[in-house]
Amino acid sequence: MDTGEDKRTRIPFKERPEWADVKPVPQDDGPCPVVPIAYTEDFSETMDYFRAIYLDDERSPRALQLTAEAIPLNPGNYTVWQFRRVVLEALGVDLHEELKFVDRIAGENTKNYQIWHHRRWLAEKLRADAVTNELEFTKKIFSQDAKNYHAWSHRQWVLQALGGWENELAYCQQLLEDDIYNNSAWNQRYFVVTRSPLLGGLAAMRELEVNYTVQALRASPENESPWRYLRGLYKNDTQSLVEDSQVASVLLDVLTSKNNHVHALSLLLDLLSHGFEPREELKSAVDVLTPQSCSPDLPLAKRICSILEHADPMRINYWNWRKSTIPVQSAKCQNTDRLADLSMQDNL
Amino acid sequence: MGELQVERHVAYILTAEKRKDDFESVVMEHLRLNGAYWGLTTLDILGKLDAVDKDEVISWVMQCQHESGGFGGNIGHDPHMLYTLSAIQVLALFDKLHVLDIDKVSSYIAGLQNEDGSFSGDMWGEVDTRFSYIAICSLALLRQLDKIDVGKAVKYIVSCKNVDGGFGCTPGAESHAGQIFCCVGALAITGSLHHVDKDLLGWWLCERQVKSGGLNGRPEKLPDVCYSWWVLSSLIMIDRVHWINKEKLAKFILDCQDKEKGGISDRPDDAVDVFHTYFGVAGLSLLEYPGLKPIDPAYALPVSVVNKVILGK
Repeated sequence: MDTGEDKRTRIPFKERPEWADVKPVPQDDGPCPVVPIAYTEDFSETMDYFRAIYLDDERSPRALQLTAEAIPLNPGNYTVWQFRRVVLEALGVDLHEELKFVDRIAGENTKNYQIWHHRRWLAEKLRADAVTNELEFTKKIFSQDAKNYHAWSHRQWVLQALGGWENELAYCQQLLEDDIYNNSAWNQRYFVVTRSPLLGGLAAMRELEVNYTVQALRASPENESPWRYLRGLYKNDTQSLVEDSQVASVLLDVLTSKNNHVHALSLLLDLLSHGFEPREELKSAVDVLTPQSCSPDLPLAKRICSILEHADPMRINYWNWRKSTIPVQSAKCQNTDRLADLSMQDNL
Repeated sequence: MGELQVERHVAYILTAEKRKDDFESVVMEHLRLNGAYWGLTTLDILGKLDAVDKDEVISWVMQCQHESGGFGGNIGHDPHMLYTLSAIQVLALFDKLHVLDIDKVSSYIAGLQNEDGSFSGDMWGEVDTRFSYIAICSLALLRQLDKIDVGKAVKYIVSCKNVDGGFGCTPGAESHAGQIFCCVGALAITGSLHHVDKDLLGWWLCERQVKSGGLNGRPEKLPDVCYSWWVLSSLIMIDRVHWINKEKLAKFILDCQDKEKGGISDRPDDAVDVFHTYFGVAGLSLLEYPGLKPIDPAYALPVSVVNKVILGK
């Protein structure tokens, strides 16, 4: 199938004998367009002929050929794609050929909704035949743009509708080795761990996944994705998160290193609000980070918020709010808190 | 930073598509109705909607309607939810919703609801929470929400909620600020915001602000003016907008202006377009920039328009 890619050899439709019987229909942009558009000549002519066969509902090989020429000129044109599907169905074309056509167009238009939608339509028709091709195709897209939202959406659909889960966790692993900051790959990992019919679900996978995540956190503690992933592994089971010694240990490692510790402190804050009782060494690590201006008599959680206000001034109002939600433990502490709050206000 | 170049942006929108800019004009051809919504809403926020001929616009919009009741992106194009909402919004801007056959348009939209409560964008069946928002926003503007199963629609949106508090396009899909706007907007319109974990989502959203003051749409992505709208409107709907640094964001948007020819781009020094001009101006309106009409964060229309349509004021 010719995609009409080579513009130098393009013969205008009006000079092609097989189109002599068609009267082109020009675009009606209205008398005084709100959004007037300057079209190129090739584009205008092709679309004028497209309108003619579309209005005539001509489901013929030449109509199919015409859509193949019109689509590369504007792959976002929804009507041309839709008409192409009508013609493909009417002619009973081999859809494996169509897959090759869409592969060629899609490679250069990876953020176009119509193309992805067309792929899905094809995959739905080809079923099992399409799985490997679609997984490989999205892989190719990710090798250039690992966070392409359309491609991820398509891949998740393929896995759920057609299968192909076998190597998905290993693939996530590979993507995260390439870029541990890739939030899309973390999301896909969660998708696989929670939804793959082969792995036994979150409960069965948790221990292995916590091990993996904790390693990632030690390597790049400023990376927000694994921190959120860790919380996700304990969805609806905060108590186990609070009690996991691996979590306490990674917090200690991060807080005693020279790395960015905003996310570690934020998790520690969450744990404290759920009854976590930190060991002395973790408390000392927080002591070291506490700004001198901050009263050492403040409760641990409040001091953590003060550290965060300094370390992340862009979100000072957020950390301030976190501080305001810390429950007051006892009457005695409450009193010290109030005094300390007053001294904090002077310092801020 | 400088100030908002109101006159230049107005001139840019009014003349934008007369320029011989092949690529942009071609890609605009099929989504002209979206372009009209972006341009006209921007003009209204800037107080200059009267610079266009209202009757011409309405006559053109109505010619984009398909016999099914839905609208195409241009005259003679196939109908899709995306353009149907733009058509309704443009008519609402001019207080002309009554020219619609409301029953027909709302039946077209209601007909695209699926058994699980989700919505397809058109007869070909692509499902996405964007279409849930479009259906709910459109029907609310037409006061026809009773034509769909709102409970199921809400349930589907909630099934797209992630452990980070955000939402994706389908269940399990990565949280993305654009999809979050759609989901939170739909939940806001249907009075279902209690399904949102506001503190958790608010934290994720305020983490989107990067050093330059701009907002990104996902972790580790570049900031882009369009997220000034998606992130900011979501934060306002869940009442957590004070968690970001508003001054720095306003400066980032103003730095993306073309101060000579008008228009706003995605990032400083990039090429401007109508889409980012709209999101920049709308973002500044949400930040209460002086001289701009306030815009409604859920309906994405000036508050005065929403009041008139929804409350009859």
